[in-house]
Amino acid sequence: MSRKLSGAHVAHHKNTSNMQPVPCNPKSTVTIPMSMHIGAPCKPLVKPADEVKVGQIIGDNPEAFICAPIHSSVSGKVKSIADFTMPNGSVTKAVIIESDGLFTVSDDVKPPVVNTKEDLIKAARDCGLVGLGGAGFPGHVKLNPKNPEAVDTLLINAAECEPFITVDNRECLDNSEDVLFAVRTIMKLLNLKKAAFGVERNKPDAIAHLTEATKNDDNIDVITLDAMYPQGAEKVLIYSATGRIVPEGKLPSDVGVIVFNVSSLGKLAKYIKTGMPLTAKNITVDGGAITNPQNLTVPIGTPISDIAEFCGGYKSEPRKIIMGGPMMGTAMKDDSFPIIKNTNAVLFFDSEQAKPRITSACIRCGRCIRTCPYSLMPVSFERAYERKDVDALNKLKINMCMECGCCEFICPANRKLVAHHKLSKQLVKKAQG
Amino acid sequence: MENNLIVNVSPHISDKDSTTSIMRDVIIALMPAFAVSIYVFGIRAILVTLTSVLSCVISEYVFRKIAKRTNTIGDLSAVVTGIILAFNLPAAIPLWMVAIGGFVAIFLIKQLFGGIGDNFINPAIGARIVLFISFATAMTTWIVPFGYRSADIVTGATPLALFAEGGTALPSYTELFLGTIGGCLGETSAAALLLGGVYLVIRRVISPLVPVLFVGTVFVFTWALGYDPVYQILSGGLMLGAIFMATDYTTSPITTLGKVIFAIGCGFITTVIRAFGSYPEGVSFAIILMNIITPLIDRYTLTHPFGAVKVKPVKEGGNK
Repeated sequence: MSRKLSGAHVAHHKNTSNMQPVPCNPKSTVTIPMSMHIGAPCKPLVKPADEVKVGQIIGDNPEAFICAPIHSSVSGKVKSIADFTMPNGSVTKAVIIESDGLFTVSDDVKPPVVNTKEDLIKAARDCGLVGLGGAGFPGHVKLNPKNPEAVDTLLINAAECEPFITVDNRECLDNSEDVLFAVRTIMKLLNLKKAAFGVERNKPDAIAHLTEATKNDDNIDVITLDAMYPQGAEKVLIYSATGRIVPEGKLPSDVGVIVFNVSSLGKLAKYIKTGMPLTAKNITVDGGAITNPQNLTVPIGTPISDIAEFCGGYKSEPRKIIMGGPMMGTAMKDDSFPIIKNTNAVLFFDSEQAKPRITSACIRCGRCIRTCPYSLMPVSFERAYERKDVDALNKLKINMCMECGCCEFICPANRKLVAHHKLSKQLVKKAQG
Repeated sequence: MENNLIVNVSPHISDKDSTTSIMRDVIIALMPAFAVSIYVFGIRAILVTLTSVLSCVISEYVFRKIAKRTNTIGDLSAVVTGIILAFNLPAAIPLWMVAIGGFVAIFLIKQLFGGIGDNFINPAIGARIVLFISFATAMTTWIVPFGYRSADIVTGATPLALFAEGGTALPSYTELFLGTIGGCLGETSAAALLLGGVYLVIRRVISPLVPVLFVGTVFVFTWALGYDPVYQILSGGLMLGAIFMATDYTTSPITTLGKVIFAIGCGFITTVIRAFGSYPEGVSFAIILMNIITPLIDRYTLTHPFGAVKVKPVKEGGNK
């Protein structure tokens, strides 16, 4: 391995790492958007006034390959099917269900038979599995690479490099049996030679626990990674754990690796064992404005406001509500938005944490370049964008930027770099027609 | 729903360092050399430095006011320029010349080109050269170290000038290192400047790459030309230039490869001027020449992104 990739030394704030997730249920309704994954949105399969039960399929798009079905997270009655605006501005349908509070499990929930690779891929799809690390890429697509003969390694992403979030740490500690069940199943059915967990050094308990749990598995490693954001970014993790470089525009499977988030594997194992699809999600609730920071198990569709109330309400007025981590998470416009499949945290920032940063002139210190894990040139992106220079943006590889935020985090002038990168990508897209 | 929530693009947290904190670190790093200059040149060191800083800060304030732009004196960069400019001046220089220097540095070189981050040459060096050409005598009248302790001000030559004249009474390495020699205010003590440099490296304000390569290049080339390399690197403005001026963010290349080219270029030009030029000292001119070609260096030293697929270079059709 020639060199380590760069990154940002973020403060970890893993305040909730010792807290096992506790169940938190919606007060009355859940709002389940039909697009919680990368790929084609699902079509609602239920109508208003339909009775639904936990685990019952309520949305799918069988024609689309890159799509994951959606299941009801509560039992109750469908209230309505309405247009719903996602945080990125796209509009999708959402199924709004009035919960009866009983959580009656659907008769459809029964363990699948998983004996072959095809069974496994079908199980992953039927489970509604998406990448729970944040990207939301459908799991069955990952298990079905174009070049199965060349894939030899399953990499389990437990880096959890975003500050505050501790649910993957809990997954390693509380649910390692299920996770390892999924790992062994995938290795067997996909004929993979080895598997490795990638965990950041700041989670010694998880590392010790996984090392102990895998001591009889010669082909499953636990790799300790530097606690350096964004260690859990897919291509960064692959390089840190295996030394393989995923070329621009290629997928992990092109270098023989399949990557799953540790929590995704826990969900897959649960489905194979019990038939219960992905209907609830572990999330970390933290931030200066919430009374009781903790980890929760939340049915998908539960609004943020119910979670805030469950956690003792606000101890001071929240000035920013973030879904996800503070480096890549989305700031919400109010607290009505629901938890979706790939939500892994809700952070309530108080006025001190949300203090706006004043942008000043770029002093060309070059820290953004030295901090970029991919050695891109954020300062040059920004300048190229300002003169609307599409050629320069392409030459500088704007397409490779993953918007991890390291450049903006480190910028002493507080330039709004990530916002510019997003605008730059749109500009390039528009120019390509 | 009525609320006070802030909605903006990630990231939602930030490193503590700011432009102001970086400039504050540079000021702290300049303090050992300032202390030595007061020790060697007395009250004149304080007067020259104070005049220079005031002139720079006032020039910046006035320009921003006239141009109706947000005021930037709070970022302390004008203070840094003021101190570095003063360090590049002889102790006996009339104070009104110092004030002109500050005006040239900030008003003409920095602000007219857009202010912090947009100037194409280092303001302090630019101003020094303007003063050097405008007031050649005052800029080369050196008072001997500790001259303030006697009744008459005695003038003398700098070590490099002595050397260029083939003089015999050259100061020792120790004197050069500690700075009890003639010269500009802040450039005499290699030890104090190195101390500041180490502080900046520890605080991660600068990387040691540029100073080490700059000084190293001068060492190697002067040695190759038959000079005493230790004498060469300890005298003149080399330490001040290499640590505090060649590392200026705005006027040096932004990538590591670019910085390597820049530093070696500075060292090479310094040596050529010292060895073959009519001036005994070449650090200022070396840095300013490399400042000018920095955009060119930047253009050809782009980073190689991780995993990027190399595309065949397309011949560029001239400037846009």
